[in-house]
Amino acid sequence: MDSVAQRLSAVGAGAALELRGVTRMFGALAALTDVTITVRPGERRAVLGSNGAGKTTLFNCITGDFPPSSGTIRFFGEDVTQFPPYERIRRGLRRTYQISALFPGLTVQDNVYLACRGVSRGRFSFLRPGQNDALMHAAENLVQAVHLMGVKDQHVAELAHGQQRQLEIALALAGAPRFVLFDEPAAGLSPTERAELIEILTSLPAHIGYIIIEHDMDVALRVVESVTMMHNGRIFKEGRPQEIESDPEVQELYLGGGHE
Amino acid sequence: MSLAHDAHVTVRPTAAVQGSKLRGWPEIDNPAAWTVAAILLIMPLIANGFFLIEIFATALILGIMALSLMFLAGYGGMVSLMQLTIAGFSAYMVAVFGVSGNANISLGWPWWLAVPMALALATMFGTLGGALAVRTEGIYTIMITLAIGAAFYYFTNQNWAIFNGHTGINTVATPHFWGVNWRADIPYYYIVLAVAALCYFAVDYISRAPFGLALQGVRDNPRRMAALGFHVNAHRVAAYAFASFVAALAGVLQVWNYGQISPGSVSVAACIDILIIAVVGGITRPIGPFIGALIFVLLRTFALDFLVKLGLDGNRFRLLIGLGFLAIVFWSSDGVIGLWQSWRQRQRSGAVSSSGRRGRVSGRGSGQGSSHG
Repeated sequence: MDSVAQRLSAVGAGAALELRGVTRMFGALAALTDVTITVRPGERRAVLGSNGAGKTTLFNCITGDFPPSSGTIRFFGEDVTQFPPYERIRRGLRRTYQISALFPGLTVQDNVYLACRGVSRGRFSFLRPGQNDALMHAAENLVQAVHLMGVKDQHVAELAHGQQRQLEIALALAGAPRFVLFDEPAAGLSPTERAELIEILTSLPAHIGYIIIEHDMDVALRVVESVTMMHNGRIFKEGRPQEIESDPEVQELYLGGGHE
Repeated sequence: MSLAHDAHVTVRPTAAVQGSKLRGWPEIDNPAAWTVAAILLIMPLIANGFFLIEIFATALILGIMALSLMFLAGYGGMVSLMQLTIAGFSAYMVAVFGVSGNANISLGWPWWLAVPMALALATMFGTLGGALAVRTEGIYTIMITLAIGAAFYYFTNQNWAIFNGHTGINTVATPHFWGVNWRADIPYYYIVLAVAALCYFAVDYISRAPFGLALQGVRDNPRRMAALGFHVNAHRVAAYAFASFVAALAGVLQVWNYGQISPGSVSVAACIDILIIAVVGGITRPIGPFIGALIFVLLRTFALDFLVKLGLDGNRFRLLIGLGFLAIVFWSSDGVIGLWQSWRQRQRSGAVSSSGRRGRVSGRGSGQGSSHG
């Protein structure tokens, strides 16, 4: 067990998310090498990088989908490196998936209800929620927040791609999120849908920080205050959006290369 | 986007939306369900003892066992072949703790002590088996549970101290109280019917409770469930515990039905029969296993005469079951239930297109209004 002093100093550090020397190997391949990142509570950051830069692996290490091979991960001061994913989620971490990870056999409402139930008590309850169930209402509010009321009772398998992406976001906002990882939320969205996504992201309560992986610079740079560039599993550059955008090395590596 | 997805909603067939509403419980607006319930209740007036016990009670008992598999497979995505083994274990425990002709083995407890003991032990047995099985996925789950079933079968064959080897335990006492012999055809039929109804409604109810919904979430996407805060394997083990209890209830009924239990009742072939029953009936809804069990029992009972009439060997009744199994799986991914549902949907979409849109439209209208906001 940590001593009280250690825990206090950890709290005093005040970072929402703190990665130190995180490395993730897949066999002999290093998907992440010695990644150290500190994100303040409420901070909004983009992670950029070409395919294979390790962005999604970074998310998987943070949520515990894949544990890191070495290094430590602290979430609001608490060392969560050895925690299973559900323990991290219950502490306020959330994520979305690059390829929608929904429950196609359930309705939109039930999908969101499960998300609300997952971070509260009564996960094993044998009693059906009643008419005035607080979580049912919470779920309904979330469905409304992502503009899906019209398809509330439809099965997720029947939804259009854009609607599934919105539901993906709703699942990550259930309960009381403290920090969210968005993995390419704009993938495959139309320009109008992108505008709506930007609106949802910018209207999140200020205390909710997030990291967003996004290839679309128009989306990414409008919703964040800091940027981390990754390349070959390493942190390549960190800075404000304008600095990164105008950085010649970044231009060379990513912004220029991406358009060819 | 509002415009885009509202347009999307209007082109959706209404059948799908209404289908999801039909999943609600209780289905008090379903005349077919009422008719079936009424027929089952007055069955003793219609059917003779043979039909009552050999067909309906037997089908209901097999239906309960298959229901426990349907709960695991349909809601949890876990195909367990040990559900019959759990029922058989429960049946053995009733015989071991209760009163039977094998006084050297049976402890002679009254039924009201022996039955709870059997249920508790069988639930524990199934939960332990489940705890092993949830470490695996797909075909490996099938293999592990089948291995447990096979191991139990051979163990009962060879263990004489408790399971009395291949002869099994005979003349197991059945309950008599309030001046009623509850193994007499009519009281026994009602006991079986009551337990079957209880299990059916329990499964149906739980499917919409947080536990059941979460189980369906685990089925659809276990990784996402973990990313929503659920302990996925704990949920799976809990599902095994519940399904084991259901199967254990069926085991108690079964040992009272035949008055004996022997390794033949827990053979690997019998384990697979439960899978066939569930798949033939359909594993998406709890009524499926009972339909499958009725078809299975009818075929098992009458296929013999039918085949002999055709000049074939009567013992080939399994050939008929196999062919029926093939045909149903070929034409419907979800057994008889699936055939029935697609037929209903065709009927309904025909009716809807002729009478225009109805119901649900107002609810959707308000939804659209809010999404414009």
